[in-house]
Amino acid sequence: MNLGITTFLDKRPKIKKYFPQIITLLFIIFIFGYFTYNARVNMDTRGIDFGLRFLGEEASFDISFTPFVEYDGTKPYAKAYLVGLVNTLIVAAIGIFFATILGVIIGISRLSSNYLISKISEWYIEIFRNIPLLLQLFFWYFAALRALPLPKEAINFFDIAYLSIKGLYVPRFVWTNGSVFLFSIVAAIVAIFFVFKYTRIQQEKSGRRIPAFLISLGIIIVLPLLTFLIGGVSLTFEHPELKQLSKTIYNYIGGVAIIPELMALAAALSLYTATFIAECVRAGIMGVTKGQKEAAASIGLTPGQILRLVVMPQALRIIIPPTTNQYLNLTKNSSLAAAIAYPDLVLVFAGTAMMQTGRAIEIISITMLTYLSISIAISILMNWYNKKIAIKEK
Amino acid sequence: MLKYIKQLTSLVAVIAVLFAFTTESMAAKKSKTLKNTIKKGFVRCGVSQGLPGFSNADASGNWTGVDVDVCRAVAAAVLGDASKVKFTPLSAKERFTALIAGEIDILSRNTTWTLSRDADIGLTFVGVNFYDGQGFMVRKSSGITSTSDFKSGLSACVNIGTTTELNMRDFFTANGITYEPVVFEKADEVVAAYDSGRCDTYTTDKSGLAAQRTKLSNPDDHIVLPETISKEPLGPVVRQGDAVWEDIVRWSLNIMIEAEEYGINSSNADAMKTSENPQIKRLVGAEGELGAALGLDNDWSLRIIKQVGNYGESYKRNISDTGILPDRGPNELWTKGGILYVPPAR
Repeated sequence: MNLGITTFLDKRPKIKKYFPQIITLLFIIFIFGYFTYNARVNMDTRGIDFGLRFLGEEASFDISFTPFVEYDGTKPYAKAYLVGLVNTLIVAAIGIFFATILGVIIGISRLSSNYLISKISEWYIEIFRNIPLLLQLFFWYFAALRALPLPKEAINFFDIAYLSIKGLYVPRFVWTNGSVFLFSIVAAIVAIFFVFKYTRIQQEKSGRRIPAFLISLGIIIVLPLLTFLIGGVSLTFEHPELKQLSKTIYNYIGGVAIIPELMALAAALSLYTATFIAECVRAGIMGVTKGQKEAAASIGLTPGQILRLVVMPQALRIIIPPTTNQYLNLTKNSSLAAAIAYPDLVLVFAGTAMMQTGRAIEIISITMLTYLSISIAISILMNWYNKKIAIKEK
Repeated sequence: MLKYIKQLTSLVAVIAVLFAFTTESMAAKKSKTLKNTIKKGFVRCGVSQGLPGFSNADASGNWTGVDVDVCRAVAAAVLGDASKVKFTPLSAKERFTALIAGEIDILSRNTTWTLSRDADIGLTFVGVNFYDGQGFMVRKSSGITSTSDFKSGLSACVNIGTTTELNMRDFFTANGITYEPVVFEKADEVVAAYDSGRCDTYTTDKSGLAAQRTKLSNPDDHIVLPETISKEPLGPVVRQGDAVWEDIVRWSLNIMIEAEEYGINSSNADAMKTSENPQIKRLVGAEGELGAALGLDNDWSLRIIKQVGNYGESYKRNISDTGILPDRGPNELWTKGGILYVPPAR
């Protein structure tokens, strides 16, 4: 029998070449099929059905923080999913933004010749990266709750924003024809893109420098401004107002509330991930040979210019790939939100929605797929950027 | 040495019980859960992560509470020893999955019986061991004395994955009040957030409010409002599809309640065997064949009453004496003005 297969394969080298791969593939299909079948049988015997129809049913629970998505309990579960997704993206975006800025600053300071600055950076990195993120999250959240005043004694920022234990209340922008304004900004960005392209072509052709930056600034200010004058766009502000709800309970009504959960989560994620990014930055800078810096210094560049024009462009190639990992980690870590009541995807969808519907398999699968998609999107974006700045061998 | 003797005796007890069940009855043959439980030698019970009065572990890991006692009663009935229970603390979020996936065999974790839970997700509720209702807790200083004082803009701290979230919305929507729900995964964080002033009110089942109030920094600064906004019948849950096991759990609970009705308790149970009243004799196994119908021996109910006690004893031990709720409220027997009323064991 065994002999039969070997002679069969020997006669057909093409099949023989792919034989191990075919076996592996079949094995994977078998394993996957086995578990799917098992899950189906088990669910059948326990009287659970499988389906996504529940997504259209009324969610009938409320969510505290629903920017950009119009939501209340009468909306379907699919809408609740969207709220969770948007909230996850918001905190990930804020976290990545601040972690990157802080990480770069700390990473550069770590290499500073100033003893105090480099030591402070080193201590910061060692402390923040060695404490579990969940503990830091609780620390920032409950520290914030203890430190912030009640709404009645809120910290007042020029009568525009108010910071209290219930969050940072800022005025809400009330737009008329807001979409026209939005389109004008998109148009301005596209226009700026072409201005820069044109500038570069001109410079390469004739060496003439066009003040692209000033022109861009003009475009991004003038174009949206025009929409106010002739596009019928107008903007008013809805200010948060302090209302008394009972003898001692006060709260701000109106405006937009940036809830303390979001602030704590964003702070914890940024401060934690910044340490890892700082180390990536340090590695990148140290990876640029000393000769490069000395050569740059010898032609009279200032230390700032050396960093900006010579070291950083080369260091970025080393920095980007590990930093991508940190962005992915930050995004995934944002799912710790559930511990401190920030209504992200896990709390809203894999939490409340799963409990109310009891559809664990469906909801966990959707949630996993969502995180996978977000992570892959970040990877693709960062790989694109990495390719763009890579050494172009000619 | 003493420890070894103790271990040895419990081992002997287990072996004796095992032998007692080597002659399986028809019911035992039909019930996979019962068979597995006997084989393992312990009842697998899902409880809360710590709710005083219902299921709470002390420093040395001993579980107490009225929910815990349901599992102990089943262990006494099935295995002959109320201590043969393995407790698995579960969050509200995990509880149903753990039961359906077969990690536990009884979920006795202050779980509200609702139609959708009973019908939808492969669960069967077997009875009610505590009649509860959702309420609100506020700071005394707030001047709020009833839910009619609530105004739009309030924030409410709440635990995730519970009927509480839905009831809260129903209540506020019906009264035209806009509110901010602050939803936490664990009860301890809810309490901490409410305590710090993040929320103006904390809402959950009233028994839970009474229990959690003891964890606040100044319990006396807070009051539970008189209104009850929902019906929360809490009871044990089993997996769908094992009718025998379902019956065993249901009647283990019912026996505790009926024993109280007939005045049988842990100290007088043996003496009651010679009672004149045939129903009392049936409840302590001196008459009739109640055990056989469930695939158990005839002393199953006597063991429950002797080892765990009747419902009143369990309530007093766990809820009244611990100061969580001073009186029985609706959880009094129907003969004494409450709504505890179970079908007769006969």
